[in-house]
Amino acid sequence: MAARRGENSPAASQFNAAYSRKLWTLAGDRDTLQANSGSRDMQQTIDLSVNGQSRSVTTDPNRPLLDVLREDLNLTGAKFGCGERHCGACTVLVDGRPVYSCSTRVSSVKNRKVETIEGLSEDDKLHPVQDAFLAEGALQCGYCTPGMIMTAVALLRTTPHPTSGEIRSAMNRNICRCGTYVRILKAVEEAANGGKP
Amino acid sequence: MTHAHRSAGERRTDAGQGRRVESIRNSQSEILDCEEIDYDELLEPIRFHFALDRRSFVQILGSGVLITAIGSPVFAQRRGGRRRGGFFGGPPAPLSARIHLADDGMITVFSGKVDAGQGARGEVAQAAAEELRVPLSQIRVLLGDTNDCPNDGLTAGSSTTPRTIPAVRQAAAAVRQLLVDSVAKKWDVEPRAIDARGGKLSHDATKREVTYVEAAKDEQLAQLFEKPAPADVQVTSVRQWKTLGTEHKPPAAREKVLGRHQYPTDLKRPGMLYGSVLRSPKYRAKLVSVDLTPARAMEGVIAVQDGQFVGVAAPSSFAAKQAIEAVAKTAKWGDISLPSTDQLYDYLRKNVEGGIPTNPFAAETAKGAKSLRATYTIAYVQHAPLEPRTALAEWTDGKLNVWAGTQNPFGMRRELMEAFRLPETAVHVIVPDFGSGYGGKHTGESAVEAARLARAAKKPVMLRWTREEEFTWAYFRPAAVIDLEASLDSRDKLATWYHVNINAGGSSVESPYDVPHKRSEALRSRAPLREGSYRALAATGNTFARESFMDELAVAAGADPLEFRLAHLSDNRLKDVLVEAARRFNWTERVKQKHRDRGIGLACSTDKGSYVACCAEVAVDRTANEIHVLDVCETFDCGPVLCPDNLRNQIEGAVTMGLGPALREEIRIEDGAIANASFGRYRVPHFADVPTIAVHAINRTGVPAAGAGETPIIAIAPAIGNAVFRATGIRLRSMPMKLSSAQA
Repeated sequence: MAARRGENSPAASQFNAAYSRKLWTLAGDRDTLQANSGSRDMQQTIDLSVNGQSRSVTTDPNRPLLDVLREDLNLTGAKFGCGERHCGACTVLVDGRPVYSCSTRVSSVKNRKVETIEGLSEDDKLHPVQDAFLAEGALQCGYCTPGMIMTAVALLRTTPHPTSGEIRSAMNRNICRCGTYVRILKAVEEAANGGKP
Repeated sequence: MTHAHRSAGERRTDAGQGRRVESIRNSQSEILDCEEIDYDELLEPIRFHFALDRRSFVQILGSGVLITAIGSPVFAQRRGGRRRGGFFGGPPAPLSARIHLADDGMITVFSGKVDAGQGARGEVAQAAAEELRVPLSQIRVLLGDTNDCPNDGLTAGSSTTPRTIPAVRQAAAAVRQLLVDSVAKKWDVEPRAIDARGGKLSHDATKREVTYVEAAKDEQLAQLFEKPAPADVQVTSVRQWKTLGTEHKPPAAREKVLGRHQYPTDLKRPGMLYGSVLRSPKYRAKLVSVDLTPARAMEGVIAVQDGQFVGVAAPSSFAAKQAIEAVAKTAKWGDISLPSTDQLYDYLRKNVEGGIPTNPFAAETAKGAKSLRATYTIAYVQHAPLEPRTALAEWTDGKLNVWAGTQNPFGMRRELMEAFRLPETAVHVIVPDFGSGYGGKHTGESAVEAARLARAAKKPVMLRWTREEEFTWAYFRPAAVIDLEASLDSRDKLATWYHVNINAGGSSVESPYDVPHKRSEALRSRAPLREGSYRALAATGNTFARESFMDELAVAAGADPLEFRLAHLSDNRLKDVLVEAARRFNWTERVKQKHRDRGIGLACSTDKGSYVACCAEVAVDRTANEIHVLDVCETFDCGPVLCPDNLRNQIEGAVTMGLGPALREEIRIEDGAIANASFGRYRVPHFADVPTIAVHAINRTGVPAAGAGETPIIAIAPAIGNAVFRATGIRLRSMPMKLSSAQA
């Protein structure tokens, strides 16, 4: 992909995000951010394993896993897209399988292995699937991207060399409204081929 | 140059939509005609009737020096937007409002545009780097902040490339030129002998060098920086581009693949609550009564009723949902009346303002050797951006800060000012790069709702609409009924053409074909649903109808659809994209091949100064009544190509998105409510639907650059429809196109 040859502009890329963050930091103490919960009488303490770390949350066990990840654990990589198992923006892996975390009760993943996009890269080193998405320019707004990447990662772990039909069928649980499907298919193929387009 | 929207017919129909035509002077001293669409009249913002009841910029940028370091504290004062922020924003911004030079060499560019995936951020960065002659890594871009960015209007209408990019290029070129002139004067050398690049100004002969930012610390310059770019500023010609027109990764892509980019839904503030709003089960029913007690009994929940507005804020989104469901059980609603989907097109036709005019060429049409008449219909569709409308509102000392995903930050600010009776200085809208809009996020209702809840809760409140709310309460792309009538003379040339669009509007309604007698009209009707913009808006429906009808006429003439079009085209740019798409698709060979239940089709169109042609091959499954698109080839011309890979991505994305309203997407109204407000019942394109897509952008350098976010979507539906006809002999005249309905 020609885009790979171009120089990157990290300054331009991260600026708005950094700008927003600094606005907050200046505006108030982030330490006062509180974990949220449902009504107190419904609460349970639930032990989770998230990205290899033990996490414990005291919350309404009926809350969706997605809400607990985003609102209590500040893991906002998985997105809310529909809340009804249709779009896959909320995809995380539970024991290696892609699940719609918007429709998964947090109590049901007790003591199971949850992986989110945040756990995929090590320090700043991209996972091969992330690398391939970047190389193929397989995104526009990028809101579906974490879910797409998690679905692709799950596929390539069980099927390291999928056919293009297998890729299409595995990815079909995720929606991209910007219409970058063709690029995503290429990116997943590239990741399966060890980075070669 | 030819602009479709400059034709007299279009202007006439536009007048009815409250648009006006104005001229602006661009950098090459060419005159560009631009339609200004007034935000108020284009859309239907919801009017809220509530009862009455900034951080230092310099701190954030670090120890940088404003280019106006010696002038007034520009970032504390109001800039731009002194008139109402219309479609294209405020008056030209002073240079100081556009560009900031920091001591560490970093250059910040400011634009009121936003980035929702169409690439404004990268485009602005490349434009500034080009004109300032610095590497892209030295540029950062701040978008969509109503306090700190000039009002560049809506990020819509394909306006970033033709309007904002020239403004950024002019400002950057002017800053560089002013620095050169100032230093030349100080060093007493010719400006021509000064080399300005990489953030440094140097004079080889005397081996003198100074950084941009040091050179900018000058009292006289400070005054010049308070003015907009001079009209005669020289920008870099396309042939000399080094950064524009070359490949670069989209700026935020790395953060996005890491899952680190913070979308509006990802933001959090200390003590923040999650909001939810009560909606009527039927479309726009009036609230008669409601009891908030069940919500107020819940721990940590705040419930508000203010006129027709009822909402809650709770410590988690789950608790907010439970609270609003408890309130909803107590609500009583008034009756409403709404036509259902099967009555919709009759309803639109019956409610045309001033009635439907008759064909002015009726006599000539009757005299034609052959004449045809057909009616096409276009369903209501939703944008369904993957990130629902979201706003985080926080009140501090009577001032309101809102972080939100919107294509219209200054319009959102105005809606907030009006809803809460606040001066402009008391409302600050900040727009992080958000999860897409496609013309759907021009209004600020979620921000007003979040701010109302935050005021009651005395805490920051985030309101993220549900998917059902997105499908039901966001505005819709207008449905349309399109009547076409045309005749051929004895040599099978078009003699008359009459095109009437009821309800959807006038974009691309003018036929680009040569016809001795032609007329097009866009008529308003009384719309049953709330309507507004959508990627390319009416151009999709008008192109679908016209290009399908052109094929019907080609059949009547016994001509090949490509040859029939070319015989009536004198617009060279449109001709070129059509010929190129057909060549790349291998049309002339493939049209000879006969495969059972397979067919090919083509279509072309023009809108907003850009040109598109599309060829498609379909396979029809007769038992399942399904249309499968196998192969698409699209060619596009928007003038000089600024960001090549981003452009290809936009074209591919538009083709893919366009498959939805072409084949499946349709908002259905039943029993006074939206009947399919979910991705399960409103079927957007999936991986399984995607054909092979080949796109090609013609890089045409001698014309002004036009936008590319919209027009690539308009030709796919008729190309598919025409292919289905060749495969089956069935002419599908409704979007979405369904085989069963045609055969019934």
